[in-house]
Amino acid sequence: MIDIQEKVKEIQEKAIAEMNEASGLDVLNDVRVAFLGKKGSLTAVLKSMKDVAPEDRPKVGKWVNDARFAIEEKMEETRKRLDALKMQKELAEEEIDVTLPAKMKFIGHRHPNTIALEEVERIFIGMGYEVIEGPEIEYDDYNFTKLNIPANHPAKDEQDTFYITKDILLRTQTSPVQARVMEKGKLPIRMISPGRVFRSDEVDATHSPSFHQIEGLVIDKNVTMADLKGTLDVFAKELFGPETKTKFRPHHFPFTEPSAEVDVSCFKCGGKGCRFCKGSGWIEILGCGMVHPHVLEMCGIDPEVYTGFAFGVGLERIALLKYEIDDMRLLYENDDRFLSQF
Amino acid sequence: MNTSLSWIKKYVPDLDVTAREYADAMTMSGTKVENFEELDRDLKDIVVGEVLTCEPHPNSDHLHICTVNVGKGEPLQIVCGAPNVAAGQKVPVVLEGGRVAGGRDGDKTVGGIEIKAGKLRGVESHGMICSIEELGSSHEMYPEAPEYGIYVFPEDTEVGADAIELLGLHDAIIEYEITSNRVDCYSVIGIAREAAATFGKEFHEPLIKKTGNDEKASDYVSVEVVDKDLCPRFTARVVKNVKLGPSPKWMQRALASNGIRPINNVVDITNYVMEEYGQPMHSYDYDLIAGHKIIVKRAEDGQEFTTLDGQVRKLDHDVIMINDAEKPVGIGGIMGGENSMITDSVKTVLFEAANFNGTNIRLSSKRIGLQTDASQKFDKGLDPNTAELAVNRACELMEEFGAGEVVGGIVDVYDEKWEPREVPFEPAKINALLGSSFSGDMMLDIFKKVDLQYDEKKNVIIVPTWRQDVLRTCDLAEEVARFFGYDKIPTSLPSGAATAGKLQFDMRVLALARDVAEDCGFSQAYCYSFESRKAFDKLMIAEDDALRNAIEIANPLGEDFSIMRTTPLNGMLTSLATNYNRRNKNVRLYEHGNIYIAKSLPLTELPDERMQFTFGMYGEGDFFDMKGVVELLMRKLGMAKKPEYSKTELKNYMHPGRQAQIFYDGVRIGEIGEVHPLVRRNYGIGDRAYIAVLDMPAVIPFATFDRKYTGIAKYPAVTRDISMIVPHEVTAAEIEKIIAQRGGKILESYSLFDIYEGAPIMKGFKSMAYSLVFRHPDKTMEEAEITSAMNKILNGLERMNITLRA
Repeated sequence: MIDIQEKVKEIQEKAIAEMNEASGLDVLNDVRVAFLGKKGSLTAVLKSMKDVAPEDRPKVGKWVNDARFAIEEKMEETRKRLDALKMQKELAEEEIDVTLPAKMKFIGHRHPNTIALEEVERIFIGMGYEVIEGPEIEYDDYNFTKLNIPANHPAKDEQDTFYITKDILLRTQTSPVQARVMEKGKLPIRMISPGRVFRSDEVDATHSPSFHQIEGLVIDKNVTMADLKGTLDVFAKELFGPETKTKFRPHHFPFTEPSAEVDVSCFKCGGKGCRFCKGSGWIEILGCGMVHPHVLEMCGIDPEVYTGFAFGVGLERIALLKYEIDDMRLLYENDDRFLSQF
Repeated sequence: MNTSLSWIKKYVPDLDVTAREYADAMTMSGTKVENFEELDRDLKDIVVGEVLTCEPHPNSDHLHICTVNVGKGEPLQIVCGAPNVAAGQKVPVVLEGGRVAGGRDGDKTVGGIEIKAGKLRGVESHGMICSIEELGSSHEMYPEAPEYGIYVFPEDTEVGADAIELLGLHDAIIEYEITSNRVDCYSVIGIAREAAATFGKEFHEPLIKKTGNDEKASDYVSVEVVDKDLCPRFTARVVKNVKLGPSPKWMQRALASNGIRPINNVVDITNYVMEEYGQPMHSYDYDLIAGHKIIVKRAEDGQEFTTLDGQVRKLDHDVIMINDAEKPVGIGGIMGGENSMITDSVKTVLFEAANFNGTNIRLSSKRIGLQTDASQKFDKGLDPNTAELAVNRACELMEEFGAGEVVGGIVDVYDEKWEPREVPFEPAKINALLGSSFSGDMMLDIFKKVDLQYDEKKNVIIVPTWRQDVLRTCDLAEEVARFFGYDKIPTSLPSGAATAGKLQFDMRVLALARDVAEDCGFSQAYCYSFESRKAFDKLMIAEDDALRNAIEIANPLGEDFSIMRTTPLNGMLTSLATNYNRRNKNVRLYEHGNIYIAKSLPLTELPDERMQFTFGMYGEGDFFDMKGVVELLMRKLGMAKKPEYSKTELKNYMHPGRQAQIFYDGVRIGEIGEVHPLVRRNYGIGDRAYIAVLDMPAVIPFATFDRKYTGIAKYPAVTRDISMIVPHEVTAAEIEKIIAQRGGKILESYSLFDIYEGAPIMKGFKSMAYSLVFRHPDKTMEEAEITSAMNKILNGLERMNITLRA
């Protein structure tokens, strides 16, 4: 009896020892065959039960079963250990040099004008403004007359207009869209109108015969100049940063009264004065004012009931300022080395 | 418009501000100061010295050694190189450590030049005697200064006094940007009135003394105005026994500081009054006026006239002329004539201060090609009431200077008098417009400062005739806002009902197209809307092609910008060429912008502006890469149908064998192709280049952002491959048409996976292989169903002379 117990113990220890030493998963099968299989040593003990006294048989059976459980448990543990070992080895072999160059998809870049425009649109759409476009080739009537610039008004000369016929021209400003929208008579109006405009300026670092403006127009009951100031203040802070201050200076535009030019505090030096703002601490960015009552009248809106404000900002001016581009010509050359910086 | 600060102070004597303070405050009240130059900025420690002795320098043929009394301490030894230095002179002396503005050649040094003690050819020198140029000024401003040499003060000048002060150099030249509505501010008085109101100081308008002897001007001259629409007012006065000579130094300096060259007392007075009141004047030699009669009327068409600058001018019927009894003597409001100008022999002067139609002067001056100081004032449209003030002011100055005997009375032709305007005073409306809460009394205080008087009985503001910009309540609101300060207006946001902010549908389509283009490696270009007609030749567009019906600009900036583009290709190819020239590799650009298609020429209505989305590339990639970009964009735009590519209409600018017009649902939406090698050569692009253009007005009706989920297939798919030998001329589209038509409902998709031409395939044939995927949405397919569909397809293909490969 003792012999049997000893033998079972021996078998169990031998099997466990084999598994402890094993470095490959094939050992599990070997162990199964050698100890637990039909011809395995532990099975042999069971087969020798017939020689054991019947009263001792349960005892022997228990020894054998305990040993089997212990071996099977060890097998499971060994499988896990060896699996982990194998995985570890594989991962080690797959190590890469993570500092090798990235593989980048070759993608295109948006033009700085468009980036600036989308930024402006985002700000105003957020404030409930609709984006509306108008024709680039326009009637003199919309470009001038309906904006309080009658025939022979000196402002017509100032704008260096390209004419096609006596009555049709290349619009010099996005403001004619104001008149077009107001004429439709759907009130209130909150809109911006970006687009291409043309003036007879020779190409140089700060001029182009074709450039872009963004017009803004709000018409409603009780719209005040304070609303204009507040709106453009929000705009400037959104566009140039929350520290930005705005300064409204009196100016004259035929289609607004009162009118103003707006400076923002230099976002480069914070207003202390630097080369960027030519030492003044301020940068002029737009013109604006309260829509002239005569303009409202010409578009069929009663200025006694409705008031409004309008503003116009140069898109290139914003793009040049924001992205620190020092020559306007770069915007129309389309050099890939320029475009790919945006 | 320029003024010196000192000239402004003549009318606002209490104004005590620095040039910087003045510039800032004036800008904030609406008179924008563009620039200012402080004349004493770089001057320091300059006093009046008396030259006690002046001996030649032993080691120099032009230097002198002077001893100079500067009013305190021992006299200084100063070496001086000026030829005019002499003992006994009172001169400006820069003390050691002081500064001058620049060299004697008049070139200024930024920050000035510090004067230190030193030795000049072995002789010590403690300070410097200076010229007017070294003080940063000029002979023009100081006519008494020698052309070359040191400045010399009058003998009675106090030694040791501040020389900068004595010369009036504690002053600044202010440059303004006057807006076109403020005609009155093209004058010193107009600006001074603004300055007084801005700083809350009293404005002293010159009180013009009555002048004139017992004679009557109307006995000397008669004036007839024929064309009163062009000359609403004409005033004339006469000065006899004229003594022509230089005007006083202060007047010459005042004119010079406004950029006007002093000439003689008569001319200087008219110029001075023009600057002071903004009213141009003219002076005639009375004895050269035939019949002593002035007739103001339109010129004859083609008439020629010699202006006082000696130039012959060609005139027309829309030019207003001043004539005497026999001949024209001046172009009204623009320039006088040579035949009546003031010369040294003048005895009697006829002064004219007239008012001309601003628009007419502007247009005439443009047509004649002659812009003068006078025409630039008149073309703004002046207040005719100023004319009388100006002519009387000129006579007053003549008398004051002893330059002649003023004849009494005035000849004045002025039928339609301008009267002050009345604007209702409605403070509540002003506050409603500004969003402010200023009291009515506060507003009236402001109005008073700029001569806008309040008539309490009528409750109106009386607007003087020089304020042509104040017409209604909003104009009064501006006066309130700018003098309180725009910064005093509160800030708020519009209070009305909420509105939906949004982009229009076509803008959303473009935004998505930009995303797709950039994902495919294309960067955004911006091209001009106008170009040269030569573009059509470069693109090899046929002489009779409709694309050549371009809209022409009447006044272009040269031929290169003379027509509105009818195709986006020139802009794209020019941009690609720029990149190619600069050796940029693999360039891909996209652009969206309008082309302009006239409905008829010349234009009678607005043209069709068609947005074009254009792709262009050279370097890596071929026709099919370009096609892939276009189709990806269409897919992203929800255009699920298969586009068709037609070669029936060939374009000259593209490779004849590698181009197509793109159709969607039967509508032409664009074109695609390889750029023709000759066109590439015209632009100087050395690599093969590809372009695709989408005509967005055609694309947009098909675009949609709506999507519907159709489920994911539950039953297995079966794939069948077909490999075939195809006659060369049979297109993939033709094969695919057969496959699609005959495959039936269970044909889910098909794709070309191999195409080959060349040995061992027979010449004139190509091998093509398609992979077909069949799937039934509701069940697993029977083998027979697939076989039947395949047989139909194969039968169809065989009819096209296609043989199947084993």
